[in-house]
Amino acid sequence: MKKFTKEHEWISLEGDVATIGITDHASHELGDITFVELPNIGDQASSGEVLTVVESVKAASDVFSPVSGTICEINQELENNPALVNESPEEEGWICKVKDVDSSELDDLMEESEYRAYVEAL
Amino acid sequence: MPYIANTENDAREMLDVIGCRDFDDLWTKAEVKGPYPQFKYMPRARSEFEVMKQAKKLASKNKIDLVNFVGAGYYDHVIPSAVSEVTARSEFYTAYTPYQPEASQGTLQAIYEYQTAICRLTGMAVSNASLYDGGTAIFEAMMLGCRVTKKRRVVISEAVSPIFRKMLHCYCRNLNVELVEVPCAGVESSIVSLLDAVNDKTACVIVQYPNFFGTVEDWTLFIEAIHKRGAVAICSTYPVSLAILKTPGEMGFDIVTAEGQSLGIPLSFGGPYLGVMAVNEKCMRKIPGRVCGQTVDKEGKIGYVLTLQAREQHIRREEAMSNICSNESLCALTALAYLTFVGKEGLKHVANLCSAKAVYLRNLLTDIKGVEAVGNSPFFNEFIIKFPCDAGAIVQKLINKGYVSGFPLGRYYETRRNQLLVSVTEKRTKEEMKGLANAMEAVLWN
Repeated sequence: MKKFTKEHEWISLEGDVATIGITDHASHELGDITFVELPNIGDQASSGEVLTVVESVKAASDVFSPVSGTICEINQELENNPALVNESPEEEGWICKVKDVDSSELDDLMEESEYRAYVEAL
Repeated sequence: MPYIANTENDAREMLDVIGCRDFDDLWTKAEVKGPYPQFKYMPRARSEFEVMKQAKKLASKNKIDLVNFVGAGYYDHVIPSAVSEVTARSEFYTAYTPYQPEASQGTLQAIYEYQTAICRLTGMAVSNASLYDGGTAIFEAMMLGCRVTKKRRVVISEAVSPIFRKMLHCYCRNLNVELVEVPCAGVESSIVSLLDAVNDKTACVIVQYPNFFGTVEDWTLFIEAIHKRGAVAICSTYPVSLAILKTPGEMGFDIVTAEGQSLGIPLSFGGPYLGVMAVNEKCMRKIPGRVCGQTVDKEGKIGYVLTLQAREQHIRREEAMSNICSNESLCALTALAYLTFVGKEGLKHVANLCSAKAVYLRNLLTDIKGVEAVGNSPFFNEFIIKFPCDAGAIVQKLINKGYVSGFPLGRYYETRRNQLLVSVTEKRTKEEMKGLANAMEAVLWN
């Protein structure tokens, strides 16, 4: 199950582990990404709170966590190659994984088609 | 300072805008205790000429041309005249920093070179373009420590300058930061008590190197221990001493700050001084203020630009890392010119002279009956002596003999009433030191 937020994060849930990243649209808007600040494994993510920061040539932007849980994996690849977020924002450019996620937290988020329409309307 | 006169109409208009009848009304509404002050020493409504005359008369009461043995964070070093020849050039002589790379290559290159000098001196990876003074630098370092760790407990040693600590307490009063002070006896920083105060909620530990009492301590093992507890290590340092001491970078500090006055900036009550800040790579992206970087243009020629600015306030506004909007460029340029003219070997020579003269003076003073050395730890150019009476009284008497003999510690440390912090720089001659010793003996025993 893959869902989208108004703040342009995507979240994909398998069991109680969610993978989180920024959307294709967000990566385009930010421009060349120069640094992704990776959260620490074991830290708590809270729904609606700042998860991490993505820095591009234009600005440093907050990435919000769509769900609550514990950070269990981070995309180490981004440390040396932050441009991966530009190249493949919704696949290889994922940022981190969060465990112990309550799937009902995703209910209010947008489906892919809804999100695409939301972006069109911006 | 220009003499700015407000007409009665100017005053009336301003009062009308804020809805006050007169200055007494403004004073009451501002909820200031007591009546509107009468300026006893300065007559009201006089001409510029008369005001200047009065001000000069008051200024002449200051003692000048005293032989200076006060340090406590601000030091009386030799400044080559060539330094001001460079900084007074009209291309540089502005407190405002022009940042546009297309128009400011000279300024940006100077900042870049200043940063390089600071990195080499401190042994750190990245320096910013400077901050206002040592005090604001230490505050920004504390906030950086909190940002990097996302924690709010700050542990600070009592052997950090009391002036800086007072300032930090003032800042923290309205911030969600818990500032914990660890007392120390003697001349050392009580490393064990500091370590005890560091728990898993601690964002950073702030120490001074050499500490406020002049003592040089190796923090390497301490830093290893606090890193294990997830805290960031910050030190405030004395740049000249780093020419011969183990650098903060070698010891593993994450953030280094300093009052940069000792690098070619004359002593002046109120400044302008220089805030130095350098960090390791871990803190690089969260360093406050401007950072200059070297790059190449489309033809491959070297050029200088601002870099790592994505989190700064002109881009992130209210979510910026700090509210530092300017640097102290002219003072940073002064430091760069000083370091360039003195040179790497020259700075070592300066530092060695300071330290050798300090040993000489300490021996001279502690030979005086009633004067004792406090502590027996390695020191750089500053040390504590103890009198059988209040040190402040001795300082007063020595001023009349032409010497500012040191910083009486009782001013900030209740239990150190009899202690005097004495500092020596390369400027002090053997005659001046002997003169101080003779005057001190006379003041104590005649």
